[in-house]
Amino acid sequence: MEILSSLGDGFAVALTFQNLLLALVGAFLGTLMGALPGLGPANGVAILIPIAFSLGLGPTSSLILLTAVYYGCMYGGRISSILLNIPGDEPAMMTCLDGYPMALQGKAGQALTLSGIASFVGSFFATWGLVLLAPQLVKIALLFGPAEYFVLFTVAFATLGGVSSTNQAKSAFAAMLGLGIAMIGVDTQTGVQRFTFDEPHLFDGIDFLIAIVGLFALSEVLVFLEHHKGGAAAKSGRDVAVGKLMPDWPTLVSTRWTMVRATVIGFIAGVLPGAGASLGSFLSYSVEKQVVDPHSKTFGKGDPRGVVAPEVGNNAAAGGALVPMLSLGVPGSGTTAVLLAVLLSLNITPGPLLFANNPDVVWGLIAALFIANIMLLLLNIPMVSLFVRVLMVPTRILMPVVAMISFVGIYSITGSTFDMMLMVGFGVVGWVLRKLDVPLVPVILGILLGNQMEVNLRRAMTISDGDWTVLVGSPLAIALWAIAIIGFTLPIIMGRRLKSKIEASRPSEEIAAGD
Amino acid sequence: MSDRILGGFGLALAAFYIWAATIIPDSFMSDAIGPKTFPIIIGIVTIICSIVFILKPDVEPHWPGLGQLAELGLAVAAMFAYAMFLPTVGFVIATSVATAYLTWRLGSRPLNSVVIGISTAIGIHVVFKLILGLSLARGPFGF
Repeated sequence: MEILSSLGDGFAVALTFQNLLLALVGAFLGTLMGALPGLGPANGVAILIPIAFSLGLGPTSSLILLTAVYYGCMYGGRISSILLNIPGDEPAMMTCLDGYPMALQGKAGQALTLSGIASFVGSFFATWGLVLLAPQLVKIALLFGPAEYFVLFTVAFATLGGVSSTNQAKSAFAAMLGLGIAMIGVDTQTGVQRFTFDEPHLFDGIDFLIAIVGLFALSEVLVFLEHHKGGAAAKSGRDVAVGKLMPDWPTLVSTRWTMVRATVIGFIAGVLPGAGASLGSFLSYSVEKQVVDPHSKTFGKGDPRGVVAPEVGNNAAAGGALVPMLSLGVPGSGTTAVLLAVLLSLNITPGPLLFANNPDVVWGLIAALFIANIMLLLLNIPMVSLFVRVLMVPTRILMPVVAMISFVGIYSITGSTFDMMLMVGFGVVGWVLRKLDVPLVPVILGILLGNQMEVNLRRAMTISDGDWTVLVGSPLAIALWAIAIIGFTLPIIMGRRLKSKIEASRPSEEIAAGD
Repeated sequence: MSDRILGGFGLALAAFYIWAATIIPDSFMSDAIGPKTFPIIIGIVTIICSIVFILKPDVEPHWPGLGQLAELGLAVAAMFAYAMFLPTVGFVIATSVATAYLTWRLGSRPLNSVVIGISTAIGIHVVFKLILGLSLARGPFGF
């Protein structure tokens, strides 16, 4: 009951004209970014953060705009998967498997509508899951002391590589790069300069927004330049012919159990650390195939259930991923790491206290997710052909625009030439790291969480008077260490197998980093 | 080989980082472990990762040829130049030039590139400056 009244207050916050408009704009931009290969939720949200910031929007409004973009991307990714067999973003990869065959059979419109409904169902129930689960997790989180928090951050880094990671040393290396960068600047506890070498530009540390935009958005531009991929995703008008939109009623009804199964699997995958939307859609599809079609008679040849399962899965996972991010302050995937950056840039510290201190922000955000989800359903079914046309914009026009908007964002918050050059530098580093298969998400998370992680460690050590055993001093801390160690070593044992399974179903085209 | 170079680079970086951590000045305020300990831990973990890279390198990534590297180098140089000259020449001129260069290198024909460059610059100026009210760089002409 308490939850319902909080949710009611949330709707009161979200249902203002400005916030509704922002949700609509966000939903529209998100679908657009999700649909365009090369722009995904992580870099899409990243280039919008500085812009939302310099527009002077309040915390709730900024969050509504940017999470609407996040949900929208999960919808948009399916469009190019179905029509062109090119996933618009990473989680939409599995949608290609049955979506594209359906399009080849002339049922593109039906596949789009089915997957649109599937996206809605996944998001809707996952948002309910968020409403019910997040306050419970907050109760656990309130038991955490500084030592437990330090271990929790360790869990986040240890599991971030994900179960499909093949080289954990590279994930760890990336995390250390991020943490190392976070240490630059004034030490908040003693006031001494660290790693600044008397360079005044570094006294305040390196702004994480500069790092995020450089690593995600500019490195993507460099990847496109490297491959000279300047063409449009859709070569001709025929590629984007949609056809009849409404699937027949029996088809829709036949997918109902698929939706139930995929929602549960996707949501759990989203909540667990180190999984995220890509794994959510992969697991949903694989389980569905095992359950209804173990001998591969119809799956992979245009089975509607094969379109529904991954779309429900990735949207449910996107909602689930918000649970640890909001209630613990520890994101489990690339995009939620970027959303964490949104909160931090608005001076809001996520975690258990967020629910107590800023209930308007949390519940306004959750209400906005419900509203954005309905808007997305409306945008994505009748207006889908509008988004389809976007696929004909060639990347030789799109990518320079992305680069320039990145510059606009950073310039508008810092106004500094040094910071723009730093962003270009991060773009180059991001390109090199991607070449070497070093993941970028841990770098970002390291920059975001580094100071809090250190503060908690130092607080714990001060309380224990320098006794390091405090880090394993409570059952909770020991349990968290166990999760961290299992999460870190499991991929070393079974990562390669899972990775090759996922790779086997990947279409040839390159796609955006992060999920 | 690339991974081994990364490992070597990681070792050098970590060594430098740990050295830089040890010269952090002591403060009159102090807590149990001080400002040096956590950075040194970061350095040590980096060293361990780097040694793993050197002992167990992954499959060689596909590096672009010299021509493509030059292409990327020039694009990066163009972006650096953009960042440097933006405040002096103003947003619209700098952005037109930079966009035209990038879209040309991505395969637009030269004349089209100029048109795309100018229209992108004006489009962004209208949306972000005139409609949304962000501050963009003002050159000598005020735009």
